[in-house]
Amino acid sequence: MARIWKFGSDVDTDQMVPGRFAPYMRPDADVGTAAFIEARPDFNQNARPGDLIVAEYNFGCGSSREYAVEALKRRQVGAIFAYSFARIFFRNALNLGIPLLVAPEVVANMQEGDEVTLDLPNQQLIRGAQRFALPEFPEFARLILQEGGIVPYVKKYGRFPGEERA
Amino acid sequence: MGQTLAEQILSHAAGRAVYANDLVVVQPDVVMSHDSLSPSIIKVMKSELGCERVKDPNQLVIVLDHVSPASTVGTANQQNEVRKFAQEQGIRLFDVGRGICHQVLVEERIAAPGKIVLGSDSHSTSYGAVGAFGSGMGSTDVALVWATGRTWLRVPETIRVAVNGRFPVGVEAKDLALKICQVLTIAGGNYAAVEYHGLDWLSLPERQTIASMAVEVGAKVGIFPPFGEAMADRPAPDWLFVDPQANYVRTIQIDLGSLQPQVALPHAVDNVVDLDKIAGKPVSVVFLGTCTNGRYEDMRLAADILRGKHISPNLRLLVTPASNRELARASADDTLIILLEAGATLISPGCGPCMGRHNGTLGDEDVCLSTANRNFKGRMGAPTSQIYLASPAVAAATALTGCITDPRSL
Repeated sequence: MARIWKFGSDVDTDQMVPGRFAPYMRPDADVGTAAFIEARPDFNQNARPGDLIVAEYNFGCGSSREYAVEALKRRQVGAIFAYSFARIFFRNALNLGIPLLVAPEVVANMQEGDEVTLDLPNQQLIRGAQRFALPEFPEFARLILQEGGIVPYVKKYGRFPGEERA
Repeated sequence: MGQTLAEQILSHAAGRAVYANDLVVVQPDVVMSHDSLSPSIIKVMKSELGCERVKDPNQLVIVLDHVSPASTVGTANQQNEVRKFAQEQGIRLFDVGRGICHQVLVEERIAAPGKIVLGSDSHSTSYGAVGAFGSGMGSTDVALVWATGRTWLRVPETIRVAVNGRFPVGVEAKDLALKICQVLTIAGGNYAAVEYHGLDWLSLPERQTIASMAVEVGAKVGIFPPFGEAMADRPAPDWLFVDPQANYVRTIQIDLGSLQPQVALPHAVDNVVDLDKIAGKPVSVVFLGTCTNGRYEDMRLAADILRGKHISPNLRLLVTPASNRELARASADDTLIILLEAGATLISPGCGPCMGRHNGTLGDEDVCLSTANRNFKGRMGAPTSQIYLASPAVAAATALTGCITDPRSL
């Protein structure tokens, strides 16, 4: 089972990993240990692999720091649900292969601490007897996520998704 | 069908007419990265992509500005690694002390009208000041450009900011930038381009202040039509023009005549009020600097207010010039000496304490009035510290009195 960690709107990447905890500043540390270190210490200490983040609007605004996404990936966050995502965060998460889902029904219904099962192949989130249908990924995102991120995709195909073979 | 500036630039690069929501794969003209992310970009390119040589070193620029100069053994070692890499690959590198990436690329005319200039930094929207398509990306996207010369972009829809009138005395470009954040909100420009109209009379530094903050409403780019006296020596390509048939998803109107000095309250960039709502708030640090407001003109405004006076004994005034050229300009006349005699602490050109790493990191109880672009919780240091954003004139007036002060009241 995965635990739901709820967040509000406009969670900026400084909250995910403060600049002082960047890999640049702590080259020998695992950036995963800095995930929400000051903004959500309970998440920082207790999040387990596969846990899910459910946020409201504009998740990941602010700095382009990819290490914010890297930190969540190191913690093996299973997916992030929100009403909307900030632009650079969306790109970074897609590139690193973290599923981002614009899923209003999930956001409206999930409570902090809910125990759920994420069934991505069948596009559903299961909480007890309830099943929430998940939206389809846009084609571009689906192709990247299928390979586990943009780097494996480009290495495999030698081009970007949607780009004609060079 | 008419095209916005963003659509024209991406069409030119793609070699076909493209419009909002189209996906394009393009060769950016310039890709900038800085010291904070270059080490991880090198790692992604070499270890993950298995690529040893960048595709086109002439497309790339590296600027060491985020920790400038190095503050720890770790940052020093990583900077040396980046220097060595740049030399091996033939990539142009601007070393510590030269200045903030966004200022340097404009000064060096690497960012120019009609060009696509991407950067490993969200404030790459700054290049819109000279009519470029400037946008920020993460390490993996930049590593892919290093390796392939290309990247994918979704063509953004465009929000038009239509401005009337001129700034009243004591009101500046920063106040307009903050007003735009208030009106559009922190997410109101997400994925979109912002185009600024009615401002052909604006100087280049003022355009830089406003374009740097386009990302604070979530925008992908913030573009000024590259015309007017400020752009006289930076000619636009003949295919780039303001198209009266262009399609805008939204237009907001701002009248400068009624604009007051603005302040963004902790901890959100769109939490903006007229200064009189927060006047008198005591602060412990005033920070004058960053890609938003660290230029000569900003230091000059502050000096005009601080001339012959001394800052409040209850605070520190940190001045971080945006580049060594801006610092040289400030020292060529009496700007710098006025600031120093007023009690300012001069920090080497670069990002300074903007992201809380060095050169004035805030402590638990600190309250900072900053000319920067972000006031997120803990951005400049302790998570309990507070950041208020305002113009250089407000910063100087506040430094003088020790509490948030309207420069017009002095």
